Amino acid sequence: MPDLSSEAAEAIPRGGVVDLGAFRRVALLGGVYSNHLALAEALRAARRREVDAVVALGDFGAFGPHPDRTLEILRSERVLAIQGNYEESLASDATDCHCGYTDPRDNHYAQISYDYTRERTATEHKRWMATLPLRMRLAVGGRRVLLCHGSPRRINEFLWHSTTPEPFIRKLLRDHDADVVACTHTGLHWQRWVEPGRGIVNVGVLGRPANDGHTNVWFAVLSAADGGIEAHFVPVEYDHERLAREMEVERLPAEFTETIRTGWWTTCLEVLPAKERASGRY
Amino acid sequence: MAGTICNLQCTHCFISCSPANHSHGMMSLADVLPFLAEARALGVKEYYLTGGEPFLNPELPDILEAALAQGPACVLTNGLLIREETARRLRALSDSSEYSLDVRVSLDGIDAHGNDAIRGEGTFERALAAIRTLAEAGLNPVVTLTQACEGAGTQAGRARLLAFLRGAGLRQPRLKVMPLLRLGAEAVRTRGYEGTESLEGLSLTEADADALQCSSCRLVSTGGVYVCPILLDFPDARMGSTLAAALRPFELRYRACHTCHVEGLTCRT
Repeated sequence: MPDLSSEAAEAIPRGGVVDLGAFRRVALLGGVYSNHLALAEALRAARRREVDAVVALGDFGAFGPHPDRTLEILRSERVLAIQGNYEESLASDATDCHCGYTDPRDNHYAQISYDYTRERTATEHKRWMATLPLRMRLAVGGRRVLLCHGSPRRINEFLWHSTTPEPFIRKLLRDHDADVVACTHTGLHWQRWVEPGRGIVNVGVLGRPANDGHTNVWFAVLSAADGGIEAHFVPVEYDHERLAREMEVERLPAEFTETIRTGWWTTCLEVLPAKERASGRY
Repeated sequence: MAGTICNLQCTHCFISCSPANHSHGMMSLADVLPFLAEARALGVKEYYLTGGEPFLNPELPDILEAALAQGPACVLTNGLLIREETARRLRALSDSSEYSLDVRVSLDGIDAHGNDAIRGEGTFERALAAIRTLAEAGLNPVVTLTQACEGAGTQAGRARLLAFLRGAGLRQPRLKVMPLLRLGAEAVRTRGYEGTESLEGLSLTEADADALQCSSCRLVSTGGVYVCPILLDFPDARMGSTLAAALRPFELRYRACHTCHVEGLTCRT
């Protein structure tokens, strides 16, 4: 296996696109949000699936406890990584996460997460974040895959299933010279294919459950398949009760631990489109 | 969809829509379809159907269906014409599309006193009835307020509004608060734009310019393609007769552009 570590990618100027080469199978991890327990489980699950590479699509911090624990796992396991809006903000010492929320209540909770994470993230990790590229390219099954955080055109654009229509996907693929775009940022996993081998995969997140009443979290695996590429979503069970207790000790909001324990989102809800909102409890 | 034709004459309307304002007319399905085809080819992400009052347009459900076949859609209404049958039809349209449908109902207060002073006698009860009817049909309307609504700008005021809407039957109440645009009727109700309220001579950062609605959106009416709904009354804001002809950047020389920049105004839900 070639050296695919983030350190190997450091020579690429930020903002550039790192081309990682061709693979048979890759695991793509969405926002970890400091859920170090789910991250460790996801890496074990990825290894069991014999992936050739693991790439984290940004937002390593937020929501959960002890951000450095997540960063230490990512770096010691030499997980490839791009920046999310969190890394962009932390690396530039911004005072907010630039998550892209517009509702005051959403922004209130986002600020609690960001202030907590910013204060507890080691300076050395922030420096590492500054070295990460915004996008990466790779090939799976002969298809050109572009990895980004929110969307190829904006780091904090929300690409939801019910508001990312087929004509718009075709435009993104056309504009960015890709067959497949893989992204995260919304917290919900989905895929939409406009034709075989061409489409968008939102890989979901490891940081919090998918607002469906289940406590597990998700990542995605892209594999070469007959005539192209396919995506599978992998559920990750982890010790969510332990995470919730750690969050309580850190005095993170009770609304956050409720989400970890119940699988229902309690905050950052106003950004959800009608269909996604209707399927949640709150 | 309804141009400037409305069954109300709100005192804060920035394009002075009214029953008698026919400066932009009703669009038929046949008028709309070529623009939808063009939008599809361009890769448009979402559709907003507005007016005037869109439900005055007898072809609105068909137009909405055509839009929802190719992307998420949002219809902005004062709610007066939403009856049980309309709500059921909207629910069916929503269920049959893989994309989200949002219905935005305008309200300017949690009682008739505040709302009706702006929107007209009896409109509070009728808008509230529409919200209830939509909720009963299983839709979750976004209640759209302006800053003229008491409490819209404060945390306590928002909490009151949300509690009120829960009481009206919305399980997951959603609010959108719009800043006031000092144009049209609103310029008479309060004031017009003043000296420094302009972007002329300022250079916006790329991020600020990208955040403006006009960086990624155009408005289609019977009069052609305009930069945005706010500037519909200004002939210079007409950019062409097709979407493709109207994609060039727009010079931010109107005073309302100041509101979009300073208040972060977007038509998005």
